[in-house]
Amino acid sequence: MLNAIIPLLLDSLASAALIFFAAVGMTLVFSVLRVLNVAHGSLYSIGGYVAASICLFIASRQLSPYLSFAALLFSAVFVAAIFGPLIERGLVRWTYGKSEAVQILITFGLFLVLEDLQRLIFGVQSFYEDTPMRLLGTTSIGGVVYLNYQIFLIGMAVLVVVGLRLLINHTRLGRLITAVVTDREMAQSIGIDTNRIFILAFSLGVFLAALGGALATPTSGIAPGLGADTMVLAFAVAAIGGLGQIEGAAVASLIVGLARVLAIYLAPSLDAVAPYAAMLVVLLIRPYGLFGSVTARRI
Amino acid sequence: MRTIAAAAIAVLGLAVLPIAAPWLQFVLTLAIAKGFAALGVAVLLRAGLISIGHAMFFAASAYSVAFLARVGIHDLGLLLILSVLAGGIVGAVVGSFLVRYRAIFFAMLNLAVSMVCYALCAKLYGLTGGTDGMPVPVPTVFGVELAEPAFKSVLFYLSLALMVLVGLSIQRYLNSPLGHALSAVHTNEIRLEYLGIPVWAILLIAYVISAALAGLGGAIAGFAIGRVVPDFAFWTASGHLVLIAVLGGIGGVPGAFIGALFLELLHSAAVTVTDSWNLIVGMTLIIVIMFMPQGIYGLFTRKEASSL
Repeated sequence: MLNAIIPLLLDSLASAALIFFAAVGMTLVFSVLRVLNVAHGSLYSIGGYVAASICLFIASRQLSPYLSFAALLFSAVFVAAIFGPLIERGLVRWTYGKSEAVQILITFGLFLVLEDLQRLIFGVQSFYEDTPMRLLGTTSIGGVVYLNYQIFLIGMAVLVVVGLRLLINHTRLGRLITAVVTDREMAQSIGIDTNRIFILAFSLGVFLAALGGALATPTSGIAPGLGADTMVLAFAVAAIGGLGQIEGAAVASLIVGLARVLAIYLAPSLDAVAPYAAMLVVLLIRPYGLFGSVTARRI
Repeated sequence: MRTIAAAAIAVLGLAVLPIAAPWLQFVLTLAIAKGFAALGVAVLLRAGLISIGHAMFFAASAYSVAFLARVGIHDLGLLLILSVLAGGIVGAVVGSFLVRYRAIFFAMLNLAVSMVCYALCAKLYGLTGGTDGMPVPVPTVFGVELAEPAFKSVLFYLSLALMVLVGLSIQRYLNSPLGHALSAVHTNEIRLEYLGIPVWAILLIAYVISAALAGLGGAIAGFAIGRVVPDFAFWTASGHLVLIAVLGGIGGVPGAFIGALFLELLHSAAVTVTDSWNLIVGMTLIIVIMFMPQGIYGLFTRKEASSL
């Protein structure tokens, strides 16, 4: 019995970890900028493509394969440094203060552009680069073989939750972010450079998404359409947890990860439906998500 | 008066165009079909609600045409009515859940539901033929069996006539108190509630109408193409519908059709040059929203057209 449950649990935790990276970035960007970035999923897949390309480059030059771990991190930083400021300054900032319809449409337009750009640059074939996963090897407990990479993924996710909490509660930047989230105008009037906070928060969101994509490449590979799936899944997770809640996103990704893995084990044709079913159930009972707070409506 | 004359000339122009250039007939039929669906999106946009999932109703009706043809119904009129009804029913079911939500949640939940529909269409191979889709046979028209080219002409002129008829009815709807309530929801929902107007009911009616419109478009597209595939429900299709609605302008009914004609003609020109169609669509969407929020239709109307 235990032999059946532990792999299932490990699978759901690892799958939850990957969803979490995408969702936490989306929820973070939303809480600071109050813009839902529909193109967030594309940044996840771009992170994956860049990581796969660098790993393949390392392999072709016969450099040390352990460099591929550095490559995963580097590609996330690279994507965040390029796309974060570019998108925030170039596009998203024009939508501040406009209706949510405009914000959704603009980022949706960006999403279409980014998806096609990836197709043009990386082609339509799927990338598969599993050097980091092979390097970590497997562990055998009680006759069942586990991938160490899955444990690594779970560790990374825990690291990100703890890291983000520390960043927000115990650093100067974190306090500035909290101030901007709580009351944007007041923060501005006491001299906080909100534009800088917006760029930093947006880039941090992009970094988390790209990191998720990079970490996902060794396990599941990367193919066109991943961006769209990730975006909707990340939204499902962010919505279940309550938009803007970091720990909420963590709990919600556990729920979605478990729902998805259970669906794969029990009814494989329904695996795509399970996360949305979970989201619909949660939102029907708690429209603002598990940890979201009810906001007063404007009169 | 001038508007009526302009509209009449435009419709006449559309009617003669395929005689001069026969290849345009298919493009125009498809444009009108997408125009119907975009009109559905535009109705909801008036209330400030964005549906990035309307392709699911487009597909729902197209699939019901294919299913009904499979069980032996072959009359064009009956197929159209039943399939639009099917689209409306799906809309009523989905809508009764979704009209509780606003803004981001409404947009993303529509997207999520449409992605579930797409996944189901693609995966239930035994029922829907998977990604191969289902064939839509040439139906009979009032009991007369037609050859395919003749049917395609009938379909085109029927869509044109429907465009005028349905367009006028939707215009009536938008100018009725029920229609005006939509922009009131956009401006201030709570005020409406204090006036004793049930916002929920207004939005549900709008949602069902918009789903039925998308369904009508889907049924016509199914007949025109002769096959329905899961891609009808794909999120890029929904994205195109939103773009058409925004590009044409949501200030009036003609906007959706102007947008659809413009985009379909651009598409047939663009495919000869590039296959990065979504790139063009995305960039146009961003540019239109930033620089002409009232759409193409807004350029021709003097009165304050509704913008986003």
